[in-house]
Amino acid sequence: MAVQDDTTADEKHPDDDRVILSVRDLTVSFGTKTVLDHLDLDVYRGEILGFVGASGTGKSVLMRTVLRLVPHSSGSIHILGVDYEKADVKTRMALDMRMGVLFQHGALFSSLTVKENIQLPMREYLDLPQSLMDELAYLKIDMVGLAADAADKYPSELSGGMIKRAALARALALDPDLVFLDEPTSGLDPIGAAEFDMLIARLRDTLGLTVYMVTHDLDSLFSVCDRIAVLGQKRVLVEGTLDDMLACDDAWVQSYFRGKRARSVTTDYGDANAVPGK
Amino acid sequence: MQAKPKTADEQAATLEMTSTADSVERFVLAGDWRNRGISQVLNDLMAAEQKQGQGKLEIDASSIEAVDTSGAWLIRRLINGKQAEGRDVELIGASKTLSDLVDVLPEGGLKRPSADKDQRTLFQRIFEPAGKAVWSLGQDALAGLHILGSAVGGAQLKGGRGAGVSPASVVTHIDRMGVRAVPIIVLMSFLIGAIIAQQGAFQLRYFGAELFVVDLVGILQLREIGVLLTAIMIAGRSGSAITAEIGSMKMREEIDALTVIGLNPVGVLVFPRLVALTIALPLLTIIANFSALYGAAIVTFIYSGITFQTFLSRLHEAVDYSSVASGMIKAPFMALAIGIVSAVEGMKVGGSAESLGTHVTASVVKSIFVVILMDALFAIFYSAIDF
Repeated sequence: MAVQDDTTADEKHPDDDRVILSVRDLTVSFGTKTVLDHLDLDVYRGEILGFVGASGTGKSVLMRTVLRLVPHSSGSIHILGVDYEKADVKTRMALDMRMGVLFQHGALFSSLTVKENIQLPMREYLDLPQSLMDELAYLKIDMVGLAADAADKYPSELSGGMIKRAALARALALDPDLVFLDEPTSGLDPIGAAEFDMLIARLRDTLGLTVYMVTHDLDSLFSVCDRIAVLGQKRVLVEGTLDDMLACDDAWVQSYFRGKRARSVTTDYGDANAVPGK
Repeated sequence: MQAKPKTADEQAATLEMTSTADSVERFVLAGDWRNRGISQVLNDLMAAEQKQGQGKLEIDASSIEAVDTSGAWLIRRLINGKQAEGRDVELIGASKTLSDLVDVLPEGGLKRPSADKDQRTLFQRIFEPAGKAVWSLGQDALAGLHILGSAVGGAQLKGGRGAGVSPASVVTHIDRMGVRAVPIIVLMSFLIGAIIAQQGAFQLRYFGAELFVVDLVGILQLREIGVLLTAIMIAGRSGSAITAEIGSMKMREEIDALTVIGLNPVGVLVFPRLVALTIALPLLTIIANFSALYGAAIVTFIYSGITFQTFLSRLHEAVDYSSVASGMIKAPFMALAIGIVSAVEGMKVGGSAESLGTHVTASVVKSIFVVILMDALFAIFYSAIDF
């Protein structure tokens, strides 16, 4: 069974400047059922971390725990070096400003237009005039590749791909340091999904964004993710580059990265060694 | 105004207008040009944007500590504006992040949505909503009839297996809308009966006719109040539930799924609820009547010393078959009205949570209004036929 690479364990300390999100010894249970058992995870500044795992292994639970939507029974979560549970209200607000979330189904507020959705976090945290907020909203809409006319539309008038883009624009409204994406490319056509991947990579390059991405899209994993983490058996089975995944001898990881679908994607990208993000 | 997180530990963004030795105009930017630091610089920036100048302009960004898209956009906007005036603008001393960011932001200004100006005249603005309201009233009536017709038509669109009334579904809804409403109906009616009896007893005491409070409570409760208040309670309790259930199914395309499978959504969803309501409301009315009379009997015993035996014998004389029947006849009609109004409203729910709220409100308001209207019409009808 594959165990997490221990040689680098000393570097992965919560105080390390490069670590933007550090999860230590995290246990989450629902009733008597333990979903995550003493899980450790690090996310480094400026990287795109792809998170995979079989359905029902707790990927969403982990993300929701990190976002404090699900309580955990033990362990600690440090975001930007701060333990949220021990922080005071002011620090918590400052921390909230620096995180953005793209939920799986967008979670746009259905009674607000796209523009108002993007401006909601700005209104809450910033003291800016309406005209500037309008400009910033149009800027975000342009950045995520939506047509300007989408600004005044309601979420029910948007297609699935447009909802994802609008939700990403809302996640980026405050220029966060860390963005959580829950299956950002699910439900998009391959061209749209590839554009979305490129968009995320471009935002990482220009804004220095750190991206925590739960995904099943092998194309995303191969093309934009710097590192991949696999969740299984209630903890992180293996984390590292694509090479580490291919070298891992866990049966599930093997079938995931060496299965028929994965092979067709890896051939497209040439040899696995040529994968970008190494 | 809510407190914003302070930026005390960070130097707010600043802009200073100077000129270099060779009289080149220069804007010196400094501080934190991130979204929480830029609010203080906006006035200076506006002054800089409006300032007329000529020749070369240098923007010195070397003292900027941090920047994000908001700050970069302000700088980009400044550059765009000055370039539009035909000036030669140079951004100097910018970090790589900043120059990259400024480069990717749109050069020719923002793409804005095409503004849809309201082209209507004042006349149209006044009469259009009125016309729409009348039209939608007609549409509602039509939709109500459609629902009644489809409900009678049953679940199947394609005339498959029989009438398609699912007994299990009807029983479930009777349980939810009827049986579970019993406690609140009993409590409410008990209090209403007690209140009417108390007020009646006090007023009738002046005439020495305290015993006739039994007639008052008996006839009022059985003919009018019992069925009316029960129907209002059910409109609030179950009508809103029907609208919310059907509406949220509509929002999530479940109604469309039923249609595609070949089922009639009205038959599947509305018909069992209509049947259940039509059975439950009369039964609840009977319970409400018993409860109210019991409450009245207790109050008249306490305040006026009328024993249960006297109460019952007086009630026996005061109330006849027509009093009971005239109240009970109204119940199924009111149940149908509540069911149809709430189903029509449920079917009108659109895509947003707000529209669900609007239609649930409309459903309760309209069903209560229709129930009271029907009660009035029945009262006229009964007096006309001398029932």
